[in-house]
Amino acid sequence: MGVRVLKSGMADSLRDAGRFGFQHLGIPPGGAMDNVAMQVVNILVGNPIGAVVMEMHYPAPQLEFNSPALMALSGADFQATIDGVEIALNQPMLVPTGSIIKFNKPVAGARCYLGVKGGFEADEWLGSKTTNNFAVRGGYQGRNLQKADWVAFAKPFSYEVEEPAVMPWTANVRELYPQGPCYLIPGAEYELLDAASKQCLIHEPFQIASNSNRMGYRLQSAPMHLGEYKECLSSGVGFGTLQLLPDAQTILLMADHQTTAGYPRLGHVASVSLPSLAQLNAGDSIRFQLIDMNTAESLYAAQEKHLRQLKNACNFRLQEYLTND
Amino acid sequence: MHGNEKNVEPKIAAFSSANLGLTCSVEKPFPYRIYPIGDQAITLDFGNLIKDEINAQVMALFYWLKEENLHGIKDIIPAYSTISLVYDAALIRKRAGNGSAYAYMEDYLTQALQQLEYLSLPSSRELRIPVCYHQSLAPDLVELCQEKQMDLDEFVAIHTAIPYRVYMIGFLPGFAYMGSLDKRIVAPRKQTPRTHVAAGSVGIAGVQTGIYPFASPGGWQLIGQTPMTLFNANDDQPSLFQPGDLVQFEAISIDQFYQLKNNPS
Repeated sequence: MGVRVLKSGMADSLRDAGRFGFQHLGIPPGGAMDNVAMQVVNILVGNPIGAVVMEMHYPAPQLEFNSPALMALSGADFQATIDGVEIALNQPMLVPTGSIIKFNKPVAGARCYLGVKGGFEADEWLGSKTTNNFAVRGGYQGRNLQKADWVAFAKPFSYEVEEPAVMPWTANVRELYPQGPCYLIPGAEYELLDAASKQCLIHEPFQIASNSNRMGYRLQSAPMHLGEYKECLSSGVGFGTLQLLPDAQTILLMADHQTTAGYPRLGHVASVSLPSLAQLNAGDSIRFQLIDMNTAESLYAAQEKHLRQLKNACNFRLQEYLTND
Repeated sequence: MHGNEKNVEPKIAAFSSANLGLTCSVEKPFPYRIYPIGDQAITLDFGNLIKDEINAQVMALFYWLKEENLHGIKDIIPAYSTISLVYDAALIRKRAGNGSAYAYMEDYLTQALQQLEYLSLPSSRELRIPVCYHQSLAPDLVELCQEKQMDLDEFVAIHTAIPYRVYMIGFLPGFAYMGSLDKRIVAPRKQTPRTHVAAGSVGIAGVQTGIYPFASPGGWQLIGQTPMTLFNANDDQPSLFQPGDLVQFEAISIDQFYQLKNNPS
């Protein structure tokens, strides 16, 4: 039971919520870039929210189901089709053996997530199943998926499915992705920025450069400077840390971020904004808005609450659907 | 705002950011400040200093916090003069009776500091690490030597003259930050980081020296390469280096480099 990779995408990998507890050895968490989309697909198929999902970029892979499955897609819209018929995001769906899923064009977003009932089987390393490409551990043999890989389901799905069946409910994810500016908590070196750079940070666009990836987004903006140059010692950083590089440009650390870094920390993206950030492509622009800690915590708590409510609602619908059918 | 509640005098004047949620404080045994690095991570900072006594405090705190194992703390990251805690804000908020997770963690760290005088550290191991300083493996060495107007041999002699302390592991799995360099070979990071640095590359950045265990992007000036494997994911102890180790570099020829690289013992 599982899926066969008929054609590989640009960087498809297996992800969970991340590998924590080993950052003191320099091992990054490396979980799903869009943590919300990962949770949503798991919620839709009735998994624990941190079950292993497939993270896909465009061009995305072509996959064949070798067994019936309950699946869901969330995150980026790559115009997915099952056997040629277009399917919607955020909706659970039963698919029979032999179904082929294709992604036809990038419509919106940067990363699409596929979840299946039971989750994908993946290698565990240091307490997590997320892929670590440096150490070549976790996920699917520690690497991105390739043509002809066979990705098994972690638990068998013993439900007979004769033809694709979309379930009659959809997760409304709009409120999980705050629109507008990216919320930023000021960092330890924020106050050292000169006046013009502080203005730049909140008023100018920051464009994501092409050499951006899961480790970090290189941003292009008007140049920014500290009032006084400061060489910092390396210290802990995280997903969303915005650092000022010596060339007056910035880098925003993402899911595969280094555990420590030594460039001035201008700010840290609030947790609530990280999923929206993860759905941006090279060429897209970011605008920052400074917020304080209490606001950041409240927004995150509201997002978490929304996800819990979604989980309860979906579990209820799913149980009803699968038992009454 | 949590920063204002304690009404402490910010002794480190350059960082008067209390209005933005940052806190400054001075207490024995070292001055410190506590500030957020996101809404689910917090840093205790003893100042931007490379000092054995400060790093020993950081490591003592690290071992104490690990032992405490507070539910909701996901990672503890010790560095030269800072220790950062990554926490689950939802869990900590619950623990704080739906109050601020940051304020809770700030108090927790402040309390942890009071344990310090009772703590001690294990003694250092000594490791010898072969490094080849041949130009083909050291893309920044020639230019650095020109800038510093010294010849290659002199540079290598200085870099290998003293053992370095491993102050922390970070940035990449098994990447040891060591110091402190003789001031004659101190050099800043590259203006623009390289997108590819070879595994085993030995770099310098400011007074720090370190080795890239994996091929990766990186901003340090590259002055040599070791043939050794620094991180083995199959080992229970995957990182060759541990904080507190003493590391002595030994210069080897390009022939020796490839011999060791091809026949690791």
